[in-house]
Amino acid sequence: MSAVLSLRQVSKVYGAGNAAVHALRQVDLTVDGGELVAVMGPSGSGKSTLLTIAGSLEEPTDGEVLVCGDDVSTMSTDAQARMRRRAIGFVFQDLNLLAGLSAVENVALPLELDGVGARAARAAGMRVLEELGLAERAAAFPDDLSGGERQRVAIARAVVGDRRLLLADEPTGALDSANGEAVMRMLRAACKRGIAGVMVTHDAQLASWADRVVFLRDGRIVDQTASTGPDAMLAGDVAP
Amino acid sequence: MSIRHALLALLAEGSKYGLQLRQEFEARTGEVWPLNVGQVYTTLQRLEREGHVESDETERDGAQRRYRITVGGERELDRWLRTPPGATPPPRDELVIKVQVAVRLPGVDVREILQVHRRRLVEEMQRYTHLKAEADPDDIALGLVVDAELFRLEAVVRWLDAADARLRRLPATPPVAVEAAPSDPARPSGPADREPTESTPAREGARR
Ligand SMILES: Nc1ncnc2c1ncn2[C@@H]1O[C@H](COP(=O)(O)OP(=O)(O)OP(=O)(O)O)[C@@H](O)[C@H]1O
Ligand SMILES: [Mg+2]
Repeated sequence: MSAVLSLRQVSKVYGAGNAAVHALRQVDLTVDGGELVAVMGPSGSGKSTLLTIAGSLEEPTDGEVLVCGDDVSTMSTDAQARMRRRAIGFVFQDLNLLAGLSAVENVALPLELDGVGARAARAAGMRVLEELGLAERAAAFPDDLSGGERQRVAIARAVVGDRRLLLADEPTGALDSANGEAVMRMLRAACKRGIAGVMVTHDAQLASWADRVVFLRDGRIVDQTASTGPDAMLAGDVAP
Repeated sequence: MSIRHALLALLAEGSKYGLQLRQEFEARTGEVWPLNVGQVYTTLQRLEREGHVESDETERDGAQRRYRITVGGERELDRWLRTPPGATPPPRDELVIKVQVAVRLPGVDVREILQVHRRRLVEEMQRYTHLKAEADPDDIALGLVVDAELFRLEAVVRWLDAADARLRRLPATPPVAVEAAPSDPARPSGPADREPTESTPAREGARR
C-alpha cells in the first residue's frame, strides 16, 4: 500500500517571541491506504493541530505535507480546495451538519459542490447511508436525528464519493459506548475498503480500534504501538 | 463462578443428561467458566442431596441420568445472580507501586515510564478490540468477556493519564513523600530526584 498521507518534519508555532506556542515539533507520520491510525495525547498536546495541518486547513510553520504523494505547499489555493473536497473527508467533534438540509442532502453536498449532478450525488449519498444503516432516516433533518444518527451522517458525508483520506477529531463525541462502538466499526470498515484514516482521541477504547496508535506529548510523537495494519512492516515513523 | 451455579444455569435451560451437562460445561469452559470439568458428577450428586436438582433413574451412573432443576435450585440460582461478587479489596496494584518507586528514584523520567505502560496496555486493548471487531456480533459471550477486559484496561490507562497530569502540575517541587512506599530504597528525596524534562508545563497557563 502506498502512503496517502505523509507528514515530514512538520512543526507548527502559534504566535511569536515569548508568547510562541510550539503546537507541533518535527512530526513525522505516514499513513497508508487501508490503515487506521489513532493519535492519542493529553489536552493541548497538538492533536487537533496535527489534523488540521494534515487536512491542509492550516499551513505548517516548517516541514512538508504530502497527500497522495503531492506536496500540498506547491499546490495553488484552488487545487488545495479541490483536493480537500474530493480526497479528504473531515469529521469534527461539532459535526457541522447543515440544519436546513436532510441527512441525504448533507451527505451529497460535498459531491454537488464538486460539480457532480444532483441526482448522481443523491444516489451516492443514499448508498453510503445504506451502508451505515441509516437509509430509512435519509429524509430526516439533523434536528430530528438522535446524537448517534447525526454522528453517522457526519461520517457518511466524510466517506462519500472517492475519498482517500479520512480525518476525524474525537469522532464519537459524547456518544455512549454502544454508539461509539458502532461509529468505530464504520471508520474501521471504511479504512478496510482502502481509505487512510487518522482519528484523534484521548479515549483508549476508541484508539484501540486503530491498526496503530501514535502518542503525542507536547507536540512531539513520543511513541507508538506496533502496527497491526495491512502493512505492519512499514510502521517506522518513530525511531526506537 | 462456582461449578454448582454453572450447572444450575445449564439446567435452567431445560433438563439434561449427565454426559450432556459435562459436554456443554466443557464447551463453555474457558469462554465463560474456567472451571474443572472433573468435578461435574460429584457436584451433581451434591446438588441432588441438597434438593436443588432431581433425577429419575437412580440406579444408572451420573452420565446416563437425566437431571432437572427444582424450584429450590431456581431460587438458589436467582440468589447467586443477585449476590455481589467477592468484595475483598485487591492487593495494592503492582503498577501503582512501580510508579510510586519511579517518582522517588533520581534520574528516572517518570512520564517515560508511564508511557511504556500506556503503550503496552493500549496494545493489549487493540488485541481485544480487534478480536471483537472480527467476531460474529451475535457472539454475546465473547462480547461480554472482551468488554470486561477492555473496561478494566481502560481504567488503568486513565489512571496513568491522571498520574501524568499530576506530574505535569508539580514541576519543580521535590517528590512528595509517598505513603506506604514498600521497601524505601533509602534515597534522599530532593529536587534533584526528578530531572526537569523538556516537557515543562510552563506554557500550561497559555493554553486555551
Ligand atoms: N489558533 C491558535 N492560536 C494559538 N495557539 C493555538 C491555536 N491553536 C492551538 N493552539 C495551541 O496549540 C497547542 C495544541 O493545541 P491543539 O488544539 O492541537 O491540542 P489538542 O491536543 O487537540 O487538545 P484537546 O485534547 O484539548 O483538543 C495548545 O497549547 C493550544 O493552546
Ligand atoms: Mg483538540
